Amino acid sequence: MTRPGNILLGVKDISLRFGGVRALTDVSFDIHEGEIFAIIGPNGAGKSSMLNCINGFYHPQEGTITFRGQQRRRMRPYEAAAQGISRTFQNIALFRGMTTLENVMTGRMLKMQASFVEQALYLGRGKREEVAHREKVEEVIDFLEIQSIRKTPVGRLPYGLQKRVELARALAAEPELLLLDEPMAGMNVEEKEDMCRFVLSTNHELGTTIALIEHDMGVVMDLSDRVVVLDYGKKLAEGTPDEIRGNQEVIDAYLGVSHD
Amino acid sequence: METLYLIFIDPFVQMAIEPAFLAEVLIGGLMSGVMYSLVALGFVLIFKASGIFNFAQGVFVLFAALNFVGLMDLGVHPILAFIITLGIMTALAFAVDRLVLRPLVNQNPIILFMATIGIAFFLEGFGESIWGGDVRPVRVGIPDTALFWETGFGEILVLSSDLFAGVIAAFLVTVLALFFHFTPVGRALRAVADDHQAALSVGIPLNNIWVIVWAVAGFVALVAGIMWGAKLGVQFALSTIALKALPVLILGGFTSIPGAIIGGLIVGAGEKLFENYWGLPLLGGATEEWFAYIVAMIFLFFRPQGLFGEKIIERV
Ligand SMILES: Nc1ncnc2c1ncn2[C@@H]1O[C@H](COP(=O)(O)OP(=O)(O)O)[C@@H](O)[C@H]1O
Ligand SMILES: [Mg+2]
Repeated sequence: MTRPGNILLGVKDISLRFGGVRALTDVSFDIHEGEIFAIIGPNGAGKSSMLNCINGFYHPQEGTITFRGQQRRRMRPYEAAAQGISRTFQNIALFRGMTTLENVMTGRMLKMQASFVEQALYLGRGKREEVAHREKVEEVIDFLEIQSIRKTPVGRLPYGLQKRVELARALAAEPELLLLDEPMAGMNVEEKEDMCRFVLSTNHELGTTIALIEHDMGVVMDLSDRVVVLDYGKKLAEGTPDEIRGNQEVIDAYLGVSHD
Repeated sequence: METLYLIFIDPFVQMAIEPAFLAEVLIGGLMSGVMYSLVALGFVLIFKASGIFNFAQGVFVLFAALNFVGLMDLGVHPILAFIITLGIMTALAFAVDRLVLRPLVNQNPIILFMATIGIAFFLEGFGESIWGGDVRPVRVGIPDTALFWETGFGEILVLSSDLFAGVIAAFLVTVLALFFHFTPVGRALRAVADDHQAALSVGIPLNNIWVIVWAVAGFVALVAGIMWGAKLGVQFALSTIALKALPVLILGGFTSIPGAIIGGLIVGAGEKLFENYWGLPLLGGATEEWFAYIVAMIFLFFRPQGLFGEKIIERV
């Protein structure tokens, strides 16, 4: 079910090193508008590093990243977010002292037009905006079915729900590109099914382009339109789930299990 | 035997015999504790938001007070002087951000700490060159009359200025709490304090946040400076007194706002109690200077994260 949309994000010849560790070597791929794009590979293959490059946490030593036709060598996370890239983290990174609602509200931060001073003093425009953003946030909360935990401090939520709140925060920004780093890791079967459903409906109903990292091959095959396989920081293969499933190199890399 | 009696029995006997005196000591202690709380609050705000231990916070208190008093001595109305000083503290926050923090971003925390020591000495000297080194009384019209409070167990003397300081501090803490919990910027500040990476990923501009935090810390310093100045006069020893915030932080935890407040109250009340019931009879007094530091050290052995601080876990 490949949808040949325009290229939304182009990754070209990316190399990233940490001292002597080559986290990524000459990796290239394109993510098209409207697709669900999976990044797979054994532990330590460089998948998270790739997402970190895309949203500006890491700056690759070589290569370019083009988003919506604009080429960026070094982009800061703030700029990535402002351009419509949202993400979740492999290790949940929620604001633990806040409630679900407050966490999701932070996702609207960049959409707020009132000046910082207006916001700080909660004057006219700042206040009106807050109300409008609350509505959008409630929509997202309904969409992900987390109404019942709106006022709960996220630190108290079970793991699966925390992951969902993290997704809600990312969606509140109405991103064009959503990066999900192992959104289903550590979940039980039921939680996984829920999360799959939400990923699909985000893609279908909201039209959000999604790049996701996932270990469960069943999930990857069900969800994604295209897959790229990384191994030791290099691109091993790229294609539709069916193509990847039949690729001997991929099978070897996977059966050779993890590197760390 | 005699010593043991003086340590373990006599103080409590005294407290029981003269509860009114005990109450006065406690109230006096809590009032100076409020001041410690305010300074500690400034430390915590900056530490939470930027992970920087701002050694200069004590000097901020002095610097703010100096400017405020200096302006008033020039004939500026107290309210106007307050607003101008607030402007100066905000400008200072900008300057610190641009000239010190941004160039040093991503450096080792110890380097940023050293930078704040630099800021502290610079501001102290700069303040002295502008306003001179004399002790200046603050006359903001806080009445300094003695109030007598009749209770069932005797008459308690309370200074109205102490009472006033307590009310202002409580008000300030309430305003800050509301700001942090009910405004978008407050939410952004808490977000940054909770998780830098996540804050960046939702597009919170760290730099703006830092300026705001430093400005808020400047504001807190100004209030503390005025109140302290009203009690003791504005003098350079203020910055040393402000260092009492360190034991307060160790007690309360470096990342906890309630911890800073309660820690300040405990230190303030504790040192006055110790001085009056143990220090004076046993050691001839002058224990207030070091009591807090000893308590803090003992605390470090048993609960290094403080009363309210989060467990110290090395970040990876
Ligand atoms: N911030 C970092 N500092 C040093 N090395 C890192 C850092 N981030 C990732 N690496 C290294 O890069 C390699 C790829 O890691 P990562 O991208 O997390 O892999 P994956 O997500 O595929 O499991 C690993 O060897 C890891 O140790
Ligand atoms: Mg990873």
